[in-house]
Amino acid sequence: MNTAARSKFLSGDTFFRLALASCASLILLIVIGMVVVMTNNSWLSIKEFGIGFLYGTTWDPIKGQFGALPFIYGTIVSALLAVLIATPLSIAVAIFFVEQAPKSIARPMAFLVELLAAIPSVVYGLWAIFVLAPFLREYVYPPLQTYLGWLPFFSGSATGLGMLTGGIILAIMITPIITAVVRDVLEAVPMTQREAALALGATDWEKTRIVLANASSGIAGAVILGLGRAIGETMAITMVIGNRPQISASLFEPGYTIASVIANEFTEATGELYISALVEMCLILFVVTFVVNAFAKLLILSVGNKNTAAG
Amino acid sequence: MPFCFLVDSMALLIRNIGERFAVRIVAASIVAALAVTLPGCFSGRQGRGDVIKMQGAGSSFISPLMQKWVHEFGYLNPNVKIDFQSIGSGGGIKQSKERTINFGATDIAMKDDDLATADGQMLHIPVILGAVVLTYNLEQVSVPLKLSSDTIADIFLGKIKRWDDDRIKADNPGVDLPPVDLTVVHRSDGSGTSAVFTNYLCKVSPEWKEKVGEGTSPSWPVGLGGKGNEGVTGQIKQTPNTIGYVEYAYAVKNKLPVAEIKNKAGNFVVPTFEAVTAAAAETLEQTPEDLRVTITNAAGADVYPISSYVYILVYREQSDPRVRDTLVDFLTWSINEGQRFAKPLYYAPLPAGMVQRATAKIALLKGGAAATPEPAKQ
Repeated sequence: MNTAARSKFLSGDTFFRLALASCASLILLIVIGMVVVMTNNSWLSIKEFGIGFLYGTTWDPIKGQFGALPFIYGTIVSALLAVLIATPLSIAVAIFFVEQAPKSIARPMAFLVELLAAIPSVVYGLWAIFVLAPFLREYVYPPLQTYLGWLPFFSGSATGLGMLTGGIILAIMITPIITAVVRDVLEAVPMTQREAALALGATDWEKTRIVLANASSGIAGAVILGLGRAIGETMAITMVIGNRPQISASLFEPGYTIASVIANEFTEATGELYISALVEMCLILFVVTFVVNAFAKLLILSVGNKNTAAG
Repeated sequence: MPFCFLVDSMALLIRNIGERFAVRIVAASIVAALAVTLPGCFSGRQGRGDVIKMQGAGSSFISPLMQKWVHEFGYLNPNVKIDFQSIGSGGGIKQSKERTINFGATDIAMKDDDLATADGQMLHIPVILGAVVLTYNLEQVSVPLKLSSDTIADIFLGKIKRWDDDRIKADNPGVDLPPVDLTVVHRSDGSGTSAVFTNYLCKVSPEWKEKVGEGTSPSWPVGLGGKGNEGVTGQIKQTPNTIGYVEYAYAVKNKLPVAEIKNKAGNFVVPTFEAVTAAAAETLEQTPEDLRVTITNAAGADVYPISSYVYILVYREQSDPRVRDTLVDFLTWSINEGQRFAKPLYYAPLPAGMVQRATAKIALLKGGAAATPEPAKQ
């Protein structure tokens, strides 16, 4: 940098810094603005139902009764199911790409996986109705009922549409995202780590465990990313979850998510209180996403600390 | 990251083309985009005096017919540009109340308190008729299912849980109904179709009226929710032993089995254009002055009992006389010449008596704000 530029009141560096800072603060302003607007527009509902909105279980627009609990439950349970299914799968796929498969296979396959992430969610949803749900109803759910029917999760009759199908379609949708990130993370683990492990006579499995331990915080980040997408996903899960605001232990029973009810009912909502209640749902989704992410971050921090302590 | 690929390939593209070129391309494309959009921004009604633009929005149910009308009317009147957005009846009511559009479209008439908060007199112009049909997935049964109003109410109340229930059997003598569980499928999104169907259920079942009521998003006692007509159809087609309701057009186009429904006169009626138009014709006398009426469960021997008018909503007072005249032309055309496009798209045409009454309503619009006020609305 030359001295002439530095002596000016607004040097290039200052300008650069200010430009970046304003971009960053814009994000903050948008978030604050959203919270303010949503709180403002849902004030009627907040005033009417108070804290009871959070644990109310009735959702009846005709009678003006609104409660969010079944939707909060459905959102969290479907997202957790998705992460439970997708995480081991994604990590396994990523390990295969990075540690096992020859580059000539890994490259094109990784490309295909990333392509999966770009498919619009409505396409996933229609595929789920026409292919996935009948398949699960015919071939997957009957054995689950027969052998695990004594568990409350798998009791009752299965129509193919319900919480479990919703969780599975979400899992399919977030697998490419988690896989892609985990792959990047594993590739970032220095090659010397692997060489050192192999030189000490480690097996492939032991080498992989060392790589995974090195990449654990990155993997956790990938899972959080997937969780975030699963919570906010709307179109695909609306198609198969059954859209019924109820809380049932059985995963075969229909459920409902916050994002789904907003997408379903907002366009035709008439009446101030109804619209206000739906906006409050947006606010709750915002808070749920925030809390779940924060909780996941804390969990990872504590696990990470334990690992280092043990190591 | 999923987007890394995209960003990477774009970066590669830019690098390949060469940075200086890229800058030029970006600049050129911005200029080109401005060149395309800017004239559009300024060519409003004032810009080019001969073109009149109108914006309509609302009911997704009428959207296919409305697009056809807009196209045909635009062909006959090249100086008129009408745009219709299918945003749902609720949105149609809201936007037309707020005067952000020239006309709205809704499957259900506005409520009294909704009308009271409008900043002027809102007119309801019926333009076409639509029906709601019951469709089902019952492999074992090949003859059309017959259903009485009580049976339908009990099914949707969750009181009939199996297909071989005595009440269904009584409606279908001689039909071998399978001994399996019955699954109800309903719309999960707020919809005029649900409003029409629940309006019918309220009229035939006091229990339904008390427990559930009518509306675009009722709290369904049982069943699975499907998003949109396609969601309900998909769930019914893919899930054995289901029953649900969809728009007539949707059932015909997808070749779904359709139930015959027992009307007020006690006859089982197949949904046809004639049966739907008959329901409107039979209720003409009871139709109030402001034309806000429901025609479900109408009396008459050949009447199909679950149908409704689709309304165009317009403010009686129009500030721009040219827009007002165009609205009059378009509405008059749609309830007369426009009716012939209805049947190919599976809508039922208006009965002659309603065309007359709607014409009288449209004439009020032409009268403008200065005209004498209409008799008090109810």
